[in-house]
Amino acid sequence: MNNVAQYDVESIRNDFPILGEKIHGRPLVYLDNAASSQHPAQVINAIKELYESGYSNIHRGVHQLSQDATKAYENARATVRGFIHADCIHEIVFTSGTTESINLVAQSYARPLLKKGDEILITHMEHHSNIVPWQMVCEQTGAELKVVPISDRGELELDCFSELLCERTKLVAVGHVSNALGTVNPIKRIIDMAHALNVPVLVDGAQAVPHIPVNVQDLDCDFYAFSGHKLYGPTGIGVLYGKENILSKMPPYKGGGDMILSVSFEKTEYNALPYKFEAGTPNIAGAIGLGAAIEYVQNIGLGAIAAHEHGLLEYATSKLRQIDGLRIIGEAEQKAGLVSFVLDQVHPHDIGTMLDMEGVAIRTGHHCAQPVMEYFKVPATARASFAMYNTFEEIDVLAESINKTIGMFS
Amino acid sequence: MDNLRELYQEVILDHNKNKRNYRKIDNPDGFAHGVNPLCGDQIDVYLNLRDGVVADVSFDGHGCAICTSSASMMTVALKGKTEADAQALFESFHHALTDDEPHPEDVPLGKLNVLTGVKEFPVRVKCATLAWHTFDAALKKIQGEISTE
Ligand SMILES: Cc1ncc(COP(=O)(O)O)c(C=O)c1O
Ligand SMILES: [Zn+2]
Repeated sequence: MNNVAQYDVESIRNDFPILGEKIHGRPLVYLDNAASSQHPAQVINAIKELYESGYSNIHRGVHQLSQDATKAYENARATVRGFIHADCIHEIVFTSGTTESINLVAQSYARPLLKKGDEILITHMEHHSNIVPWQMVCEQTGAELKVVPISDRGELELDCFSELLCERTKLVAVGHVSNALGTVNPIKRIIDMAHALNVPVLVDGAQAVPHIPVNVQDLDCDFYAFSGHKLYGPTGIGVLYGKENILSKMPPYKGGGDMILSVSFEKTEYNALPYKFEAGTPNIAGAIGLGAAIEYVQNIGLGAIAAHEHGLLEYATSKLRQIDGLRIIGEAEQKAGLVSFVLDQVHPHDIGTMLDMEGVAIRTGHHCAQPVMEYFKVPATARASFAMYNTFEEIDVLAESINKTIGMFS
Repeated sequence: MDNLRELYQEVILDHNKNKRNYRKIDNPDGFAHGVNPLCGDQIDVYLNLRDGVVADVSFDGHGCAICTSSASMMTVALKGKTEADAQALFESFHHALTDDEPHPEDVPLGKLNVLTGVKEFPVRVKCATLAWHTFDAALKKIQGEISTE
């Protein structure tokens, strides 16, 4: 028996209370997982139990609850370390999400380093949160932002990447999986090419960690960023992985409590990694919820999840291709987790409303990737994105609802 | 489904497909560009006034069915109206979509009434009002230019 045959999607679904909801009288078909995924009872209960019996501030008190909460928070960090196979636990910095992780690197790593004439290299398919922080730091330092183009299939032009990569490049920032196209980028190759010129690489893994096993040591990436809420965990918690030798040289990003060893008005001595980057009371429940989410994913197995989702993606792609007047945006060889599409007759905004009335939740809009929309000359797309709990029957409902929509508008 | 039929009435679908006054006006008296960043609706509104009356009004750009049909119906409704009547119609239309309070001063909406179903879909209200806000901006530009002369 292979993984797919053993995969029990019904029992997984039973772990997610919200999947029993009805929307406009129809069973919920939740296909907006790339925006935010839902939560299994194990995550909800971990947070509930914390607040009911184990909560306190951390790293501060000598009392029992504070010790328990500190332990739970640090256990979550250990879980994250194991999940992405970091070398050591203090390379895992808790942040509020991918966005903050990237901003931290932009302000704390790049800003002190960059000067006029330097370059940051990103790609045309980045999420706004992997564009704007670099534009800001370029503005602040006089460095320049360079952009690797993409092809009509939605793949990176690697030839152009190697041309743009040069001695002026001080950092490469690239998405692992595109949230607008579903493209899985060849980040291992990108990292190897960059490292050949001693250029460090930040990987935006927001859309990758729910679908692809990640090993930061094998990849040898210098930074890896992701969010809890796309990984069945809570909002307001995310991770920045950074190599110890790089993180330890970076100045703090925020000032406050917990990030210092001692403060006097003359001089403040910064705390050790990762606390140097975790000023203020952190998102304790968020970290613990994220730990529970990762454990849940690990119990099912990311390999099995990926195989199931790949099946869904292939099925959805072939079903949608059969629909007249439907164009899939993003047809890369390697894709994960989602299908973006447009219809000749119907604007994405109307598709979204029509599908919502059928109980089908998808995302419509520019997906915070306006450069991608401009490249494909569409104002917006409709996007169905998958998670471990989606079923083939739900894809059928999606396709039927799209057909109904077309019927109504033609 | 009833709500949907209410939202996407035949008249609305017809205006979406067969847009009225969907064209540029060269050297218009007034012009404005409107954007709804949520769904990518973008429209341009062109406006010519003669003796305080809307002599010609048109639009182009692209948007969802609600945005497009609302723009199309707006141009039909506005032609021949005085500036004051046009502004009163904008305000009344806006109230009908966004406000539960009665506004005794509001004028009848006529054919624009078919768009009031949008009220049941709060995230779509901006689609229906975008053209009107854009028209209002174009008109205010003219008025601004006149008043500063
Ligand atoms: C590829 C990618 N990067 C970054 C982000 C930003 O994540 P967050 O809003 O959780 O900070 C997202 C979220 O949509 C994303 O899809
Ligand atoms: Zn719209």
